[in-house]
Amino acid sequence: MIEVTGLTKAFGRLRVLDGVDLRIAPGRVTGIVGPNAVGKTTFLKLLVGLIHADAGRILVGGLPVSADGAYRDRIGYMPQISTFPERLSGRYCLELLKDLRGRGAETDEELIGQFGLEDQLTKPLRTLSGGTRQKVNAVMAFLFRPELILLDEPTSGLDPLSSSILKDKIARERERGRTIVVASHQMAELEEIADDVVVLLDRTVRFVGPIEQVKRGTHQVSLERAVAHLMIRGVAA
Amino acid sequence: MSGGRSPALRIARAQMRDVIRGRWFLAYLGFVILLTDGLSRFGGDPSRAMLSLMDVMLLVVPLVTIVFATMYFYQAREFVELLLSQPVRRRAVFSGLYLGLMVPLAGVWTLGVGIPLLIHGTAGGSERVTLGALILVGVALTLVFGALGLLVAVRTEDRLRGLGVALGVWLLTAVVYDGLVLLLVSTLANYPLERPMLGLMLANPVDLGRVLLLLRFDISALLGYTGAVFQQFFGGVRGAGIGAAALLLWICLPLMLAARSFTRKDF
Repeated sequence: MIEVTGLTKAFGRLRVLDGVDLRIAPGRVTGIVGPNAVGKTTFLKLLVGLIHADAGRILVGGLPVSADGAYRDRIGYMPQISTFPERLSGRYCLELLKDLRGRGAETDEELIGQFGLEDQLTKPLRTLSGGTRQKVNAVMAFLFRPELILLDEPTSGLDPLSSSILKDKIARERERGRTIVVASHQMAELEEIADDVVVLLDRTVRFVGPIEQVKRGTHQVSLERAVAHLMIRGVAA
Repeated sequence: MSGGRSPALRIARAQMRDVIRGRWFLAYLGFVILLTDGLSRFGGDPSRAMLSLMDVMLLVVPLVTIVFATMYFYQAREFVELLLSQPVRRRAVFSGLYLGLMVPLAGVWTLGVGIPLLIHGTAGGSERVTLGALILVGVALTLVFGALGLLVAVRTEDRLRGLGVALGVWLLTAVVYDGLVLLLVSTLANYPLERPMLGLMLANPVDLGRVLLLLRFDISALLGYTGAVFQQFFGGVRGAGIGAAALLLWICLPLMLAARSFTRKDF
């Protein structure tokens, strides 16, 4: 689903990704993990085209990430932080997105009911709590039944019930054959929902493969321990 | 939603809807209406009232617009990211943002000045043309400083710094520039300065606006060196044409630079 070759990105003098090669398999849930500020969000933003690569190539479903943005029709993206126009309602924003994509009928709004958002969507967005806005954000990511769903710290700010609802949704979409990429610090959560994991360390990919494999390879009992192990080895090296 | 067909118009519609419900927008509208109403009641004869209005306009419209545009872009940042994650071209998002801000702000000036003056009957006969020019220059300055505001905000990551730069641009064009020109004129009083002066006028949108209006008031010689030079060189129509073309350039150039930075920017 995603093919990345030689991906390099620097912000000024700070080189975040350096010659990253990576393939993310379709129909699976892949977690992106690594230390703080390693470039997880940058990686997702590069896939959506919010950030431009300095070098390298990204293919999403065989289409190159390009300026015209047509490939984004296949992508649903849930950013880590979201602010909407304060005085518009959530419903208005959803309708705007439908309008922009030229799709209204075949959208997936099941999360609205599950999160109990119907009433909230009629209010101006500035009156909603951070968690509620995060739910609106999640609704938007799944709205157009995209082939590829990119989620950046999706459960941060959500209460346990909403977090469970979102994780169930991810599992259902995986069953439907969608590709889901989750950047997260919550290792236990990734262990629950993800098949594969990409470990970013020192500007490059240190490991990519099934979660079980990274645990076996590092002789650790949990993903958290396994990633920590890789980080320590990285420092030692 | 039955917005325009192009993504840019759809985005502009949503932004307009958001902007016109904001407190600062309503405050600006109220200010322009009260100002125009007050000046047409107590500002003496219609021509004087419109002259006073012009003086206030040349300070207030650039200030309000550039600050509004800069802050608006920073506040819309995450929403812009959401729009950019849709299958929409970046230029469409940029055009939508600019239009969505410019239509309401230009509308404030047009309606806020036009309606009170028409109600009071201040603008009758030949003064209607002056009123038209006043509104047109106000709208043009809105478009110029809206483009400059977006340019500053797109290129400056830090909000406070961006606001500082925006205020600096306003201070330079609306306040300091005339002082510098006067200084130059008095220092080099013995030299023929007409041609350089013309260049200096074209180089500042606020002065350009002033020149265009003074030509209409027909008292340019009394109101500063700027207008006199323009009148002397070009007379009515030709001067207005060249001035308007320069003003158009002042809208297009920053807008193109801002659009270019916007399409290359990392969000």
